[in-house]
Amino acid sequence: MNNDTILSVSDLRKYFTTAEGVVRAVDGVSFNVKHGETLALVGESGSGKTTTGHVIMGFYPPDGGKIIYKGAYELSIPMKKRPLELKRDIQIVFQDPGTSLNPKRLVKDIISLPLLVHRIVDKSRVYEKVAELLEYVGLSEEYMFRYPHELGGGEKQLVAIARALAPNPSFIILDESTSALDVSSQARVLNTLVKIQNELKLTYLLITHDLGVVRNISQRVMIMYLGKIYEEAPTEDFFKSPMHPYTQMLLSSIPTLSEEDEKIKPRGIESVGEIPSAVKPPSGCRFHTRCPFTKQICMEKDPPDIVVNNNHIVRCWLYA
Amino acid sequence: MLLEINDLHVYYKSYWYILKVLNGVWLRVDKGERVGIIGESGSGKTTLLKSILKILPQNGIIPRGEIRYDGKNILKLGDNELTKIRRKEIGIIFQDPMAALNPVFTIREQLYDIIKHKMMIEGHNPSSRELHEQAVKILNDVRLPDPERVLESYPFQLSGGMRQRVMIAMALISAEKLLLADEPTTNLDVTIQDQILKLIHKLVIEKNLSTILVSHALGMVYQMTDRVFVLYAGDIMEEAGTNELFNHPKHPYTQLLISSTPRLSSVGVGEGIKGKIPDYRNPPPGCRFAPRCPYVMDKCINMKPGKIQVNKDHVVSCHLYD
Repeated sequence: MNNDTILSVSDLRKYFTTAEGVVRAVDGVSFNVKHGETLALVGESGSGKTTTGHVIMGFYPPDGGKIIYKGAYELSIPMKKRPLELKRDIQIVFQDPGTSLNPKRLVKDIISLPLLVHRIVDKSRVYEKVAELLEYVGLSEEYMFRYPHELGGGEKQLVAIARALAPNPSFIILDESTSALDVSSQARVLNTLVKIQNELKLTYLLITHDLGVVRNISQRVMIMYLGKIYEEAPTEDFFKSPMHPYTQMLLSSIPTLSEEDEKIKPRGIESVGEIPSAVKPPSGCRFHTRCPFTKQICMEKDPPDIVVNNNHIVRCWLYA
Repeated sequence: MLLEINDLHVYYKSYWYILKVLNGVWLRVDKGERVGIIGESGSGKTTLLKSILKILPQNGIIPRGEIRYDGKNILKLGDNELTKIRRKEIGIIFQDPMAALNPVFTIREQLYDIIKHKMMIEGHNPSSRELHEQAVKILNDVRLPDPERVLESYPFQLSGGMRQRVMIAMALISAEKLLLADEPTTNLDVTIQDQILKLIHKLVIEKNLSTILVSHALGMVYQMTDRVFVLYAGDIMEEAGTNELFNHPKHPYTQLLISSTPRLSSVGVGEGIKGKIPDYRNPPPGCRFAPRCPYVMDKCINMKPGKIQVNKDHVVSCHLYD
């Protein structure tokens, strides 16, 4: 593991037993997150991206694989057994601030709780610190005495971000943190996230389905489909030369707003079919049921890692 | 002109207060035209669509305004004529198919109902064989594989994309002239969204329908429409041809909305818009965007701006252009 790696995930697996059978939500996922970067984990619903984030948070233990944090902590232990220091250092911002903020608490109480739990400031200075955090995310002091329902969607999400920042974490998981927002408030939240990352040297794992957001705030991208990662690349490179047919299908499906954006979209590939059930995932490459370039080998064997150039990795038999 | 709305006001009454949602909305749709309505959540997009079919909830009232459809004022029509229009001429695709489909009936029962009532309006009582033929045909039209299985399914047994296709099929049965689509793909993945949009596009052209597409996804509206209306807090802020609107937006709200949208080709988004949609119990008396507008002037606070024609196909409602 490199010195600049903050989180290292190898061969992570998480299965859920349901009435229909075992759902292989995350099925052998490996990646490294570097200090101070934003790594985007992109996929459609059912791809396992959120499960990956939740396993890292410790909401449930993995069924296989290793997660090493800062070279010292093993994250496969459940939340309850983690040392307080570790819980402080990893925070999450959820998708829907309407449900992740307690409707019966004032904003000042929502943000002061983590400050008190982790003894960040002295009790007498708590509200001073709350005001400071609010100002930091672009909200005035008056917001301290409001309830979540009095705020707009973007403002609620800014409060959730202030709460995540309260215990001075170094790693934040953004779990679809802007997908429930209108573009006008999303822009404000995105700009705030970029600003605080630069100033506080934070590391983000950005879980999203929105490639427009990815383009704007992440340095590297991973594409996940049915529990596996199929492409991994630096953002620039990713949008310039998307390689996996699934990636190309995703990009070509985005309704764009201008001619320049239209040119980014890959030609000659059209979206077909739907994501199959994770209970019985297709054999071989899991995308082969929707792929226009399927060959015999795709149905039989998992594609290997193919390193295109030093940082661009694709798992597809087309490039083998 | 197929549909023309003038000065439409819609209020929602509750025990304690009145929500003044639509505040003098105008809209027009020509025959065969694809019109888009964009705006944030809570700006009254769905209320506007529901008024066109006169299917507002019970506490919704229309104190003022006119909705002219095909020469008739919808607001003055009797129940019989309205039913005829709803069953045969205007169809609507709702946002959330899980809420719009009845969970305790199979797709067969729900489709048969709609087809039967439409045919009865035409003075024909269909046999069960006719119903079946029609149902299978319409499911084939929306490219649903294995229609027989779909007919036997309950809504929860279908995937999100399939449910949305069923919704489109139902809307198409009654849409012979005008199709209303209320955020038709919000809950779907982007690859499925792409399939659904292409499908709607194809069917609209095939059947020569006029459409109103309501959405907060700007890219979708840019790709799918000929003309766009911008709705904010119950007021139409701007109207223009789609290309004109997205390339030369005039209203500050439209400008901020467009600059806030993340692009694939470049990094950096605009600063967004501070604050939130006003409280409809006590909306701003002048321009409803004034409290959030970076260019706000004194007269914006108290005086509602009129319609200003900036060029041939571009109307804006903003004091900056007085």
